[in-house]
Amino acid sequence: MQAVAAATGQAATAGDPVYELRNVGKTYARNAITALEGVNLTLTKGSFSAVIGSSGCGKSTLLKIMSGLIPPSTGRVVLQNRPVTGPRRDIGMMFQQATLFPWRTTLENIVLPIEIRDGKAAARAAQTQARALLELVGLKGFEHTYPGELSGGMAQRASICRMLITEPAVLLLDEPFSALDELTRDFMNMELQRICTTRNATAFLVTHSIPEAVILSDVVYVMKPRPGRIAEVVTIDLPRPRTLDMMTTPKFGALVEHIRSRLDKEAFI
Amino acid sequence: MTDIDQNTLGAIDAEGDTVWTEQTSWLDRVPRAIQMLFVFVVFIALWDMVTRFGFVSRIILPTPWETGNDLIFVGRNLVTGGYMLAALWITLQEVFYGFLLALAIGFSLGVIVGETAFGERAIMPYLVAIDTMPKVAFAPLFVAWLGFDIDSKVALAAFIATFPIIVGTAAGLHAADTNSRNLFKTMGASRWQTLTKMKLPMALPQIFTGLKIASVGVMAGAITGEFLGGGKGFGELIRTAASQLNTPRVFSLILYLSVVGLGLFALVSWLQGRVVFWQKNRLSSSSE
Ligand SMILES: Nc1ncnc2c1ncn2[C@@H]1O[C@H](COP(=O)(O)OP(=O)(O)OP(=O)(O)O)[C@@H](O)[C@H]1O
Ligand SMILES: [Mg+2]
Repeated sequence: MQAVAAATGQAATAGDPVYELRNVGKTYARNAITALEGVNLTLTKGSFSAVIGSSGCGKSTLLKIMSGLIPPSTGRVVLQNRPVTGPRRDIGMMFQQATLFPWRTTLENIVLPIEIRDGKAAARAAQTQARALLELVGLKGFEHTYPGELSGGMAQRASICRMLITEPAVLLLDEPFSALDELTRDFMNMELQRICTTRNATAFLVTHSIPEAVILSDVVYVMKPRPGRIAEVVTIDLPRPRTLDMMTTPKFGALVEHIRSRLDKEAFI
Repeated sequence: MTDIDQNTLGAIDAEGDTVWTEQTSWLDRVPRAIQMLFVFVVFIALWDMVTRFGFVSRIILPTPWETGNDLIFVGRNLVTGGYMLAALWITLQEVFYGFLLALAIGFSLGVIVGETAFGERAIMPYLVAIDTMPKVAFAPLFVAWLGFDIDSKVALAAFIATFPIIVGTAAGLHAADTNSRNLFKTMGASRWQTLTKMKLPMALPQIFTGLKIASVGVMAGAITGEFLGGGKGFGELIRTAASQLNTPRVFSLILYLSVVGLGLFALVSWLQGRVVFWQKNRLSSSSE
């Protein structure tokens, strides 16, 4: 298990580019706010990247462009050699809220993307796969529970399953666990890492938490506001798999401190 | 000194369970049925006093006992299939068809107004304008158009009941949050899929709120229609009794009518519990 994880971790650093952004900018026509300017980034296969920055610096805007929810004003967005011009099947998205639908059981919620894409019959066929995913996130036995009876953490785990069921090439996560308490959040982050390594998934995480970004990522993008841009790219060379114990190591502390100093400086400008 | 006292106190506490009961007022512990019965008895007693001591004329306000007797009389007539049952049957039909019509029109218009930008911009203002009118004033028009049969009453009942359903449906469709919308967008859902698999289920609680208001309005519409447009329904019975100054009869007819209204309301509430089961779960768990 650990050997596999280490192998994929190595592959991540030397992986092929999956997602590429070239000189991406976004100006909201409504209020003429330039939310993003000249953003360049490349996600390699199996890598985990995080973007961190102060509130309003354009993180969600960036993620919306990457997921095809809104078009960029300038630049080029390419996923798996095809330009992104709208929502795509090979993109999985996760939001701050679990957004499970209370009239569907957990299992029905998870197969919803399949139902929308390929119809009810395909969704039924995907149930075996959904059960396997539920087991992967430790929700075995909750297949027929309604979301109203799940805790916040359980609901987020179910929404991870929903994201994974279509086997997307890239996972876009907009502060997925920020509504959870710190203990659950740490636990969920380790779960997320495990899932990403077992499936060799490429992940891109928006977060407000520096430790969270450092413990999960291979690369951390530090953003600055007005206009939103990537100010620094920090490579995290902690070994994989990461554990929560690493958060007490001096190296981890130094990385967190480094990123914090970058963010602090911008706050005074 | 006080420190030591607290320490020994803590030691005693640690030995046994500290089970204690919350103090509640004795009134809160009285069963609800008894509380309701109490209000009922007080009401009847007051009513009895007002009539017994002649504060108001018997013709204006009959005694509770006269009313009770008439309730029994009307009840017997209804059960034995007398002329009042025939009248009730007519009114029930008006209510039923009026409600169905209101549901069909209200839901369709609600979806158009709630889902399309055109509906919201171009149709909604007119609906709001009509909604602010006193709808009962249209009754003579409906009678002129549709005659003295049940059609004109169905029309008025439906007319009154349609608007709450439109508003409930449209507001419910707007209730879908950004996250759910974005989620459906990223899943590549079509507009139809977004409507049927997300927006409409999410709108159900508000649609049912509209239906409940409509279920009250539809009764009012049918009876008003009968007052103003004649016919052979329950409203006509009330009108006749009132013109004969048979006040106990008016009272008991109204009471039976309110049973029908309550029944319709209860039916919609029961349906809501079945259809919007997830909301019921939440309500019962929060009250536990
Ligand atoms: N739909 C929109 N229309 C107009 N302006 C917008 C829109 N969405 C975001 N903005 C503007 O773009 C800028 C960046 O917003 P964005 O939501 O991307 O920030 P963020 O980094 O995600 O912030 P947070 O950490 O608070 O979520 C803000 O100045 C905001 O006012
Ligand atoms: Mg954001």
